[in-house]
Amino acid sequence: MNAYAGRKVVNLVMMVLCGLAALGALLPLGSVLWLVVSHGVAGLNFTFFTALPKPVGEAGGGVGNAVVGTLQIVALACVIGLPLGVGAGVFLAEKGDSALGNAVRFTAEVLSGVPSIVVGIVAYGLVVVPMKRFSAIAGAVALAILMVPTLARGTEELVRLVPRSIREAALGLGVPEWKTSLRVVLRTALGGVATAALLAIARATGETAPLLFTALNNQYWNVRPDQPTASLTVQIFNYAISPYDDWHQKAWSAALVLLLLVGGLNLTARALTRNRLKGAR
Amino acid sequence: MSTPEAKLNVTHLNAGYGDKAIIRDVNIAVPANSVLAVIGPSGCGKSTFLRCLNRMHELGPGAHSEGKILLDGLDINSGDVDPVLLRRRVGMVFQRPNPFPTMSIFDNVAAGLKLNRVKGNHAEVVEKSLKQAALWDEVKDRLNASALSLSGGQQQRLCIARALAIEPEVLLMDEPASALDPIATAKVEQLIHELKARYTIVIVTHNMQQAARVSDHTAFFYMGELVEHDKTETIFTRPSKPRTEDYVTGKFG
Repeated sequence: MNAYAGRKVVNLVMMVLCGLAALGALLPLGSVLWLVVSHGVAGLNFTFFTALPKPVGEAGGGVGNAVVGTLQIVALACVIGLPLGVGAGVFLAEKGDSALGNAVRFTAEVLSGVPSIVVGIVAYGLVVVPMKRFSAIAGAVALAILMVPTLARGTEELVRLVPRSIREAALGLGVPEWKTSLRVVLRTALGGVATAALLAIARATGETAPLLFTALNNQYWNVRPDQPTASLTVQIFNYAISPYDDWHQKAWSAALVLLLLVGGLNLTARALTRNRLKGAR
Repeated sequence: MSTPEAKLNVTHLNAGYGDKAIIRDVNIAVPANSVLAVIGPSGCGKSTFLRCLNRMHELGPGAHSEGKILLDGLDINSGDVDPVLLRRRVGMVFQRPNPFPTMSIFDNVAAGLKLNRVKGNHAEVVEKSLKQAALWDEVKDRLNASALSLSGGQQQRLCIARALAIEPEVLLMDEPASALDPIATAKVEQLIHELKARYTIVIVTHNMQQAARVSDHTAFFYMGELVEHDKTETIFTRPSKPRTEDYVTGKFG
């Protein structure tokens, strides 16, 4: 066998291995989608989105309060986390070559590696204990702590991509430095920052552990942010570990709803990125 | 050369980064409503000199400068001069066109007014500035289009309009035509002729024909020093220093 034929064989073997690896990577995603959709679709109907949970044994009922609760907690987390994360990112990009900047960057890196259940405990100590009750705010604080480090680093990268000449153009017009950073440089990077924010929100939406002992749960409608609040993820957890078949069905259906929510956010983020690439000539 | 009536009067200017001196002991005066061309080989300190005039130089890491720069007799480096306000009197056009990519043509020109919360009729100012920059006829029907939809030459004239909209007294131009084709360059040069009536202009250029065409005075920088400064005609016909003659006749640099 000559060298050329040998190379062709090696090439073929490697191609097959790579293809198998790609299939292997897709397999978990495909099976998760298949399982959740096939099990969940049976329990989906209009009242599932609008009704409160029913006690065991009673037919019907839904996760309406958990859908609202999830949106409420995530919205609150955005109010806390987005300005902090984006602001820290802009600071790191503009003034990050300092001792403080390095400290912030190091902290963000450590924080992004902290397990989410630990963040939940921190929020419990920070919010639940002083307030003496579980609340949507406590859950939002936990999710915000998870969002901030990834968002800060993402924003920093994107703001650094804005050319120096754009900064100088604004400074040359007699625009103060802080205004240049926020109204010109950040605005130029906004498409990318919005994408990073949506991905951070999608990740926070799917978290269960930080909500278990912060937002807890609630069987009823609740709009007050200082009260225990239901969320899809905790509801799924409770339904899934229960011994009742009816609740198992509800867990699958709620999981499907959550998947659609997070998937929708991801697809929106992708669409935004694509438009941005098109916009940049 | 220094006269009290000069718009800009620079005496004993030194500037650099950290231990590195970029320009040394520069003395020069720029009369009002005139064009000063600054020529010299790359790295001779032309741009640094220009950036000292609106205090953009000090934004670089470790930047420092000493000496006096008087604008209408006011020391621009004194403690009570806000560099932000100074830059509204001393506008700047950069080497590469740098319009704000997320803004429309209109918003680019109005950016200085909007960001500085200047009240008044922005549409009027935008039209006037675009006309001064000889761009109005080309863009008047698509003011809301992205600034990036313009060609390079148009973008540079847009940047000039943007600088003019805040009505500066002095206009600094850092090789404004070096990224442009000959036709766009001719337009920008024509523009400089027209703007002279209203503004005092300092232009850095690598192109000696351009310096000869657009300026009243020319300053030749070499290795951070001002070698010679005189009427443009004199510099290009009978310079007093042999080094200037070598440079303008293309023997080096």
